[in-house]
Amino acid sequence: MEEIKLMKGNEAVAEAAIRCGCDGYFGYPITPQSEVLETLMALEPWKKTGMVVLQAESETASINMVYGGAACGKRVMTSSSSPGISLMQEGISYIAGAELPCVVVNVTRGGPGLGTIQPSQSDYFQTVKGGGHGDYKLITLAPASVQEMADFTCLAFDIAFKYRNPVMVLSDGLIGQMMEKVQLPDYKPRMTEDEIRALYPWATLGKKGRPDRNIITSLALVSEEMEKVNDRLQKKYREVEANEVRYETYQCDDADYLMVAFGSTARICQKSVELLRREGIKAGLFRPITLYPYPSKELFHYADQVKGMLSVEMNAGQMVEDVRLSVNGKVPVAFYGRYGGMIPTPEEIVNALKDKLMR
Amino acid sequence: MTLEEIIQPANKVYGKTPLLTDTPMHYCPGCSHGVVHKLIAEVIEELGIQEITIGIAPVGCAVFAYNYIDIDWQEAAHGRAPALATAVNRLLPDKCVFTYQGDGDLAAIGTAETIHACNRGENIAIFFINNGIYGMTGGQMAPTTIEGMVTSTSPAGRDVHLAGFPLKISNVLTLLDGTCYVTRQAVHTPATVVRAKKAIKKAFENTLAKKGTSVVEIVSTCNSGWKMTPHQANQWMAEHMFKEYPLGDLKDR
Repeated sequence: MEEIKLMKGNEAVAEAAIRCGCDGYFGYPITPQSEVLETLMALEPWKKTGMVVLQAESETASINMVYGGAACGKRVMTSSSSPGISLMQEGISYIAGAELPCVVVNVTRGGPGLGTIQPSQSDYFQTVKGGGHGDYKLITLAPASVQEMADFTCLAFDIAFKYRNPVMVLSDGLIGQMMEKVQLPDYKPRMTEDEIRALYPWATLGKKGRPDRNIITSLALVSEEMEKVNDRLQKKYREVEANEVRYETYQCDDADYLMVAFGSTARICQKSVELLRREGIKAGLFRPITLYPYPSKELFHYADQVKGMLSVEMNAGQMVEDVRLSVNGKVPVAFYGRYGGMIPTPEEIVNALKDKLMR
Repeated sequence: MTLEEIIQPANKVYGKTPLLTDTPMHYCPGCSHGVVHKLIAEVIEELGIQEITIGIAPVGCAVFAYNYIDIDWQEAAHGRAPALATAVNRLLPDKCVFTYQGDGDLAAIGTAETIHACNRGENIAIFFINNGIYGMTGGQMAPTTIEGMVTSTSPAGRDVHLAGFPLKISNVLTLLDGTCYVTRQAVHTPATVVRAKKAIKKAFENTLAKKGTSVVEIVSTCNSGWKMTPHQANQWMAEHMFKEYPLGDLKDR
């Protein structure tokens, strides 16, 4: 039976994780995401599903616990907020290099440095352009509601295991902290060791029943070998780009002007679209759901139709680079953003669109 | 007596454990790693736990430990092995997990992960190779480098006023309630090899009995990094390293 509850985005992540068969969560407190760990500790899933929940000594330890758990073929995850996610970059690179599945939730706050505990989207570059060292890609889902915090936590596990790749749920302090109605998924049993052995023959569960030992590593000292590892990764990323693009459009069909926004900013832009349409201006909203792979082709499709695009972000202009790459100069692309924990209002965005694209 | 008559099971006094693979080791002649690998492989065989044992390899000379012992392995980032081992222990409580780490890995960059895994009393065994130097990167000063010891980053010898004192990390770990067994061994003579093997076995037995964290420090040589012959290195270790790092059990409960 499906349950509908009123809860915070962070709480939805915790509830969804338990329900979608997560084996282990390892995390460290940081505002504005501590409710994920707090909710898990309160729900005591180890009594119900056997899921392990552990408060680690740091984000560095958390992500490396995730590495160890993922190497066993287990569904493991962590969550944090921007400064903590920075500390995890080393581990994320290793996990990507060792081709392991895991889920990392970032409830982004404003930076740089200790910054602010208020919402921000200033980790876009860190998430989709690398963050850690080496040529790897982090598949990134950007939820825009509490419902999607729950849905994407589960979806992230599925995608992570499909490609043996880390998946980031890139949220922000607004979605993490706000309360909304959410329909929780049904309980799905955790996988047994036999199931893991059958489905993920690479998992290090002990050599039992196998002639060869399993080794999880990201090391290949011989350049020719390491080039092959990278070839394999790049091939996988092309597959991800072909299969996993997700986006949403709002009133785009007849739009003359397009706002491009992700996550909570997309929610605000919906209102801006309505305000503009009330004035007779045909505005639409294009919302990338996957930030990597980016819906470039889908966005390019609108370049023929619209007179201009406005990338709206809670940062100093990060995704706008991908918008410009996508439309490749075919249409003017402007940017409007607030940062440092400030949240743009629908009216501000309306004025920015008129000012930057209609004058 | 012919050779065929001599080669009989009854006459066998020593054999290589099948857990040690035939991959030629990359370690320098005289290095302690090879002996310690062999002891760990023998103990895993003797305890019959090959199928349930998962090793966590470090960054350092032993990064390729997974090439030599025929069990499942995970290769950690520098210093993070105890964090990986924590997750494996929590998620697979019926398996046997150990880390194999050097002094730079365990006592410098991974100090936090080491202390907290021990403090939580994770059911893991930690094998800690202390040769007082960073071997793989070419002989730089380690946290455990003893006073006056010449390395490539302490060319005039370790000045404790500049670089701090040799870190007796195993002594620190004895203070934590999560550790059940902390011992310091060596493998430079047949007698110490026998004692080291006993310690390694005890660490694995503790892990199987879920007694908490066991730490076996092996005071080791790095003759290449120390710029000595293997024989000189053994002598130097006995003369200088053991003063700073005396052998024996530090904690056993």
